[in-house]
Amino acid sequence: MTNISRRKLITTGLAATAGIGGLAVAARMARRYGLVPPDHCGVYGPGETMNYGVQRLLTRHSLAREFPRSMISKAPFANAVAPPNDLFKRLETNGFADWRLSVDGMVARPGSFSLSDLKSMPMRSQITEVVCEEGWSYVAEWIGTPLSEVLNEVGVLPRARYVAYVSTEKYMWDSLDLDEAHHPQTLLTWGMNDGDLPVGFGGPLRMRVPRQLGYKSVKYITHLTVTDSMKGFGKGLGSVNPEFGYAWYAGI
Amino acid sequence: MNKETRRHSAVVRVTHWITVIAFFALLITGIEIVISHPRFYWGETGNVNMQPLFSLHIPSSRDTVPTGYGYVMPDQNGWSRALHFQAAWVLVLTGLVYGISSLVNGHFRKDIVPARGERTGRAYWEVIAKYLRRAPLDEAEALRYNAVQRAAYLVVIFVLFPLVIWTGLALSPAFDAAFPLAVNALGGRQSARTLHFFVSGFLVIFLVVHVTMVYFSGFRSRMRAMITGRAVLPPEVQ
Repeated sequence: MTNISRRKLITTGLAATAGIGGLAVAARMARRYGLVPPDHCGVYGPGETMNYGVQRLLTRHSLAREFPRSMISKAPFANAVAPPNDLFKRLETNGFADWRLSVDGMVARPGSFSLSDLKSMPMRSQITEVVCEEGWSYVAEWIGTPLSEVLNEVGVLPRARYVAYVSTEKYMWDSLDLDEAHHPQTLLTWGMNDGDLPVGFGGPLRMRVPRQLGYKSVKYITHLTVTDSMKGFGKGLGSVNPEFGYAWYAGI
Repeated sequence: MNKETRRHSAVVRVTHWITVIAFFALLITGIEIVISHPRFYWGETGNVNMQPLFSLHIPSSRDTVPTGYGYVMPDQNGWSRALHFQAAWVLVLTGLVYGISSLVNGHFRKDIVPARGERTGRAYWEVIAKYLRRAPLDEAEALRYNAVQRAAYLVVIFVLFPLVIWTGLALSPAFDAAFPLAVNALGGRQSARTLHFFVSGFLVIFLVVHVTMVYFSGFRSRMRAMITGRAVLPPEVQ
């Protein structure tokens, strides 16, 4: 063995050790700073973790693009939804006057809010794009109560990490990390393009998460749970979507 | 026994084959994702209520897309999206290793940038004319890239791959929130998606030409050089 190849062997060995050590440290740091998504297991776990971790580092505070009024889509497209259940139909006949958003879990003051309760809180209106994972998109004005206002109202406990949200639509539930939940553009949306939010677009109450793909913007929200772990929810992957192969984190 | 010589470094070989695997994963999953909405638009927004720039005449995996076909393909987007991004990470990290090491060890300067005497239209034409005549390759071809190869690899490494990564990242709503210029400079989200499709198409054209050229210039010896790193010297230079 020549000197050069021995030197090469030693440097390669050192580099490999440093690499493995570095990975272990990175994994610990990532967990500590909340860079690991609930669906980090499985074949595509490394990719999901990279997507989520890196985007959290790059985009934690950035705002989704907002557009001028002239760019609001003339003919927005809404995906079909499952036929409404009896509860939804009953609430609809009453103009959604009895629609309630209940909040429980790791909060100081669990509560329940009517639509008018929500509308009496500070509101926000923003013109953002709905982006579907399939590739299509449209721009609309969304008017609603920032989720952070509701979270402040109920008082999130320090150990909490996620906000789970549940729809009247069967099997539809999802969750956000607290960064996204407190983000100023994350809206409990009840208005669209200067009017009420149409049922086809998620009315009377829809989550809007403009920094993530459309499937995170679940329609017909009735329930929020604040939690420190997504383990007890469905299969523990953070959302119903990973159970069908779709990522929990939909910022990409 | 024929004399052998070193042809491709270990970094080039390993990154080449990882890129091959990642590229095929990206291509197959990219096609699957396109099938869920085989319509392309220009500008910021686009959906089935809008006039497309063009449509692919293929069935779709969504019943909301009017395709003219009476059936809907199975939805493959879940795993396709996950594998697409995972393969993209592999490709980007591999590309970084290749790019940095090639800058440091002079691979770009010595082997990829066209050699000084070969930067004329005439030099490129000579290579192309030789290809067209199907003339036997001269001995140097087994040991170094010719002018046309260098130009093609330069475009792939420094134009097409950066463009496909940029247009792909511009499709991420969170990335666009952090770097709005990434999508605005391309003319909007749907323009970025359409460009991503076309740049991927150019990469596929490169792939087809590349493999065809490998076939014609000696499939076994070229594959051997890219796998073992060694090439057999042609008799004239032994």
